[in-house]
Amino acid sequence: MNQMNKKYALLSKSEQDVSQGVDKGKRTFIGGLVGASGLAVAPGVMLYQTASAKPVEQAVSNAVRWGMLVNVNQCAEDCDDCVTACNDEHGLWPKEGSTTDSQWIRKLTVKDPSTGNAKSLPMMCQHCENPPCVDVCPTGASFKREDGIVLVNMHTCIGCRYCMMACPYKARSFVHETLENQLPDSPRGKGCVESCNMCVNKIDAGDNTTACAEACSKAGHEAITFGDLNDPESDISTQLKAHGGNQIRADLGLNTGVRYQGL
Amino acid sequence: MDTLRYGAIEARSPKYWALLIGLGLVAMIGVLSAHHMEVEGHVISGMNNQIVWGMPHVFAVFLIVAASGALNVASIASVFGKTEYKPLGRLSALLAIALLAGGLAVLVLDLGRPDRLIVAMTTYNFKSIFAWNILLYTGFFAIVGFYMWCMMDHAMQKFSKQAGLFAFIWRLVLTTGTGSIFGFLVARSAYDTAMLAPMFIMMSFAIGLAFYIIVMLASYQWSERPIGDLIVNRMRNLLGIFIAAVMYFVAVYHVTNLYATEHHAVEKFLLVDGGIFTQLFWYVQILLGGIVPLALIYAPQTRNCRRSLLAACALVLIGGMAHIYIIIVGGQAFPMEMFPGMEVSSSFFDGEVSAYTPSLWEILLGFGGIAITLLLVTVGVAILDFLPESLADNIVNYKK
Repeated sequence: MNQMNKKYALLSKSEQDVSQGVDKGKRTFIGGLVGASGLAVAPGVMLYQTASAKPVEQAVSNAVRWGMLVNVNQCAEDCDDCVTACNDEHGLWPKEGSTTDSQWIRKLTVKDPSTGNAKSLPMMCQHCENPPCVDVCPTGASFKREDGIVLVNMHTCIGCRYCMMACPYKARSFVHETLENQLPDSPRGKGCVESCNMCVNKIDAGDNTTACAEACSKAGHEAITFGDLNDPESDISTQLKAHGGNQIRADLGLNTGVRYQGL
Repeated sequence: MDTLRYGAIEARSPKYWALLIGLGLVAMIGVLSAHHMEVEGHVISGMNNQIVWGMPHVFAVFLIVAASGALNVASIASVFGKTEYKPLGRLSALLAIALLAGGLAVLVLDLGRPDRLIVAMTTYNFKSIFAWNILLYTGFFAIVGFYMWCMMDHAMQKFSKQAGLFAFIWRLVLTTGTGSIFGFLVARSAYDTAMLAPMFIMMSFAIGLAFYIIVMLASYQWSERPIGDLIVNRMRNLLGIFIAAVMYFVAVYHVTNLYATEHHAVEKFLLVDGGIFTQLFWYVQILLGGIVPLALIYAPQTRNCRRSLLAACALVLIGGMAHIYIIIVGGQAFPMEMFPGMEVSSSFFDGEVSAYTPSLWEILLGFGGIAITLLLVTVGVAILDFLPESLADNIVNYKK
């Protein structure tokens, strides 16, 4: 057996091929096929990579700052698809007229009493750069991620509700009742405070959008643009640069991550 | 017999045990109410996502504010050198600790997750005034405990003045912290003013002293120990000054707000058309909690009557509760001004005055806190020498 191997190793490449009965033309064909299919799949793989979920071990970076831009002029008064989508995404389903059920996003009607001009707009956590809720939280359960998303750590929230007292946007809700049918991607806790988490589950999964923005687009209004405020080329940044955008209670100097056009 | 002697009160009488059992029951009902609220969720309370702090917070802040005020009686002797107050110092420290314990019990039991108290005690966000308060409260227990030791142990008495001074400074910082819980809230029109911290300090002076006088007179009456007019009238006059000072701060708070047009709406709400809050302000806080007690204290007909003084103290406490209710609940009931000058409406009750009806559970929890305070005092005075055996004029004078 050893002698046979030695003899085989002394043969040239072409002689080896012949001795193994390999058809060179077939090899070239298969190689070409693999190369072509690789070329066909590669863009998909590449695209998948750019939109891929952030690996768990990879820390969130402040290179991005997620934000949303609401174009109030495109927000239809009779539409609340963003609210429904949020409730479905996070398993909220508040009862109508309930003073205790959580509302992470709500539609506001803002009317100027002197002119009668009324506007409709969605209101949610404004994901401030300097969030009062984070400042006042005694345990640090309210926190801001590096990418600008303001969240509540459900493990360390003691349910003191001081953040609700401090939030200028009335954006937070306290869970008043035992929860049933929670959704795995959106953990909540009885006795804890919660608010819009900018669909952090979707962002971390690489969806690059929020349930409300998605629903708004689906309804054909395109009133909510989600994106990276730090990226000057992003849709949200270019829109803000071209048409501007207001912060609600800008006087408080909170530098909100949610901006409004047409107010 | 004109020397000052301290002695624990007789704890064997049926009256004492009836008091102890009564207070124990109220405290237990309070704790059970809190447990019920925790099991069922806060949905059974009157609080909601608009009025997030309700009756438990009114009781808790009331007791915490009273705690720092009750310590004043001891401070007047050791810090300001008024020796006639010295015999009252031990009870002052005991009552201060008991009031703080009662207030904190209510505050903690109302948390959404009271089981996570250990998180609050071990994980701090030092930018939060609430976290500072946790340190201020625990520090208060330690400092007042040490001060009490200095007052009660001959060997430690040499540190009494320094301990008293430190405790006095600490209590001022503590009440500043309590007032700042609201003063730091920039989002709400009724808060967001540095006035709240000094106003809370002044409120603590009046509420704490009123609480002290009631406990002192009741203890002496029930234990049948003599108490002379000298010390009682001194405290009566002091209470009068404190009531007037609180009213001054209330006036400054509202007048400064009225100066700024942006605050006219919230002032109109509190002073003119705020329904229950307006009524509480004028009838309970100002009339019953301010003017009537002042009249009882200074009117010649009632000036030397202890029943009038007790009535004045009770009214100060009721007025103080109303004051804190207006600050905490009234401040939240007024709509948040997200879009100044605009009319706002939503499914989340934006732009509306929020309604709040306290539930029985919250009120029972609040009274549970008061019972815990009184229980601690009742037990304390029976096991240690907190109370002088006599506060007759010759004893009070003797120390002078």
